[in-house]
Amino acid sequence: MLTIADKTFSSRLFTGTGKFSSSKLMEEALIASGSELVTVALKRVDITDSSDDILSHLDHPQFNLLPNTSGVRTAKEAIFAAEMAREALETNWLKLEIHPDPKYLLPDPIETLLAAEELVKRGFVVMPYIHADPVLCKRLEEVGCAVVMPLGSTIGSNKGLKTIDFLEIIIEQSKIPVVVDAGIGAPSDAAKAMELGADAVLVNTAIAVSQDPVKMAQAFRIGVEAGRMAFEAKLAKPLSHASASSPLTAFLDEL
Amino acid sequence: MSFAALFHQYNWDEVKASIYAKTAEDVRRALDGPTRTLEDFKALVSPAAVPFLEEMAVLSNRLTQKRFGKTIQMYVPMYLSNECQNICTYCGFSLDNKLPRRTLTNTEILKEAAAIREMGYDHVLLVTGEANRTVGVEYFKRTLELIKPHFSHISMEVQPMEQEEYEELIPLGLNTVLVYQETYHEDDYKKHHPKGKKSNFEYRVDTPDRLGKAGIHKMGLGVLIGLEDWRTDCFFTAMHLNYLEKTYWKTRYSLSFPRLRPHSGGLEPKVEMTDRELVQLICAYRIFNGEVELSLSTRESEKFRNHAIQLGITSISAGSKTNPGGYVVEPQSLEQFEINDERSPAEIARMIADNGYEAVWKDWDHSLA
Repeated sequence: MLTIADKTFSSRLFTGTGKFSSSKLMEEALIASGSELVTVALKRVDITDSSDDILSHLDHPQFNLLPNTSGVRTAKEAIFAAEMAREALETNWLKLEIHPDPKYLLPDPIETLLAAEELVKRGFVVMPYIHADPVLCKRLEEVGCAVVMPLGSTIGSNKGLKTIDFLEIIIEQSKIPVVVDAGIGAPSDAAKAMELGADAVLVNTAIAVSQDPVKMAQAFRIGVEAGRMAFEAKLAKPLSHASASSPLTAFLDEL
Repeated sequence: MSFAALFHQYNWDEVKASIYAKTAEDVRRALDGPTRTLEDFKALVSPAAVPFLEEMAVLSNRLTQKRFGKTIQMYVPMYLSNECQNICTYCGFSLDNKLPRRTLTNTEILKEAAAIREMGYDHVLLVTGEANRTVGVEYFKRTLELIKPHFSHISMEVQPMEQEEYEELIPLGLNTVLVYQETYHEDDYKKHHPKGKKSNFEYRVDTPDRLGKAGIHKMGLGVLIGLEDWRTDCFFTAMHLNYLEKTYWKTRYSLSFPRLRPHSGGLEPKVEMTDRELVQLICAYRIFNGEVELSLSTRESEKFRNHAIQLGITSISAGSKTNPGGYVVEPQSLEQFEINDERSPAEIARMIADNGYEAVWKDWDHSLA
């Protein structure tokens, strides 16, 4: 079981709600994924309308909502959006995303750290989306973030774990859960992240844009479970050197 | 370097010749590369790319879904005024066209806004002519204050303004500004815009720089297709986009490609662009730039729009009126141009769903900026 703040999760697959061809299909896919934490963009939902199409399709007991600040460009905007989300959606959980660059949607590390520190003080459970930067992860841990969410590759790119060397360092050093976010294009990418020891992964585009989102959601569910089981069972490490069939030091035993 | 300075290093005729000289091998290279340069864009809009159209469409469809998912954004124009001090040879609101001029009052704006909300819209595009004394920055400030509570995203397509004026409007809720160059052919530009502030080519071509410096959230570019060789004009649009993305990297961009439509002024297009060529252009823009938004208005026919949303388009309008007060206040007033697809927003949303996409009405929120 994975514990973040006051909640425990039996599923380590977190999901997004964007890019689906309909809210109904989104609902079916998310149910099939087994996910218990789904992120919604504040910019997409009408928080003044309780019959909002996206929100009404997420009304299931297993789904915990994770509002995200996608679209903000500064710490100040993020804090304002976070307060709106907390009030309207009645949750203090927040996926903090600050990307001033609208082309690659890469996160701003400086604004993210500033916002995270303030939001933690204001009582939010802060889950920051960031580059796979091990030092930044430690800084975010120090200011009280609940998890860190380093990227595997750019959002929506389906390129997989391009940042793998840094993810390994982050996982090794982190005292808080590590959620690999962004760029996970295939269940094998998700499985790989889990084998490395990530605590969870967040997947959106690869499910939403596939030909059959429900089936793909199931595939990710299985991939995440397989990766986690392999991690717990302790994967055999690949050997980086050959072992000679006649050991070079065997003669020492005979001396 | 400003865009104008960069632009003046290019010669229209040379660029045009280089586009028409592209070969099938150039197109192949453009399609195969993981990223594309401006030279690749030339190949993609060139006649040499015509036999590759289906392959371009498949690639464009895939790249668009990767970035934007299976969604189409919905927006609608609200014409605030048809007063205009410019003569533009192709426009129904041109100064030399005899028609009753009107500018909506506060009460009328609110009535129109309510009608637009009623259709389901949360994103509105405000449109005017250019009449700085009656419809200037003070009018826009008042209008933004008036309608901001009713919409989550407000765009404007009005006269170019000064950087300081944009800086005044942005905090009042202005998210996006569309400023179409009409044509990058300087001599032809002057022919089509003989009188008024718009006749100043330099000021217009500098406008996106002023918007970028003002920190606008999103801007839209494009040329009016039919005035000049569309391939060359769209190359300059792509070059402008490239320059702006690098210079004002926090701004989002969208492109439009309006084809000249019949209107009360009556200029016939000098250059015809076929439906097939428009598809080629949409795909070329997408393959060149995976992140730019591509917008298609009600100028295009039902049949074309039904298929275009699979090809790379990311936002469309529906149920549009192109006259001030056109929704409820004065539906009979003269339109800027005739719309072609007259289906209601609900019908368009159904068509989008039938194509396996979702119509998105809200994709921004006041709280985000």
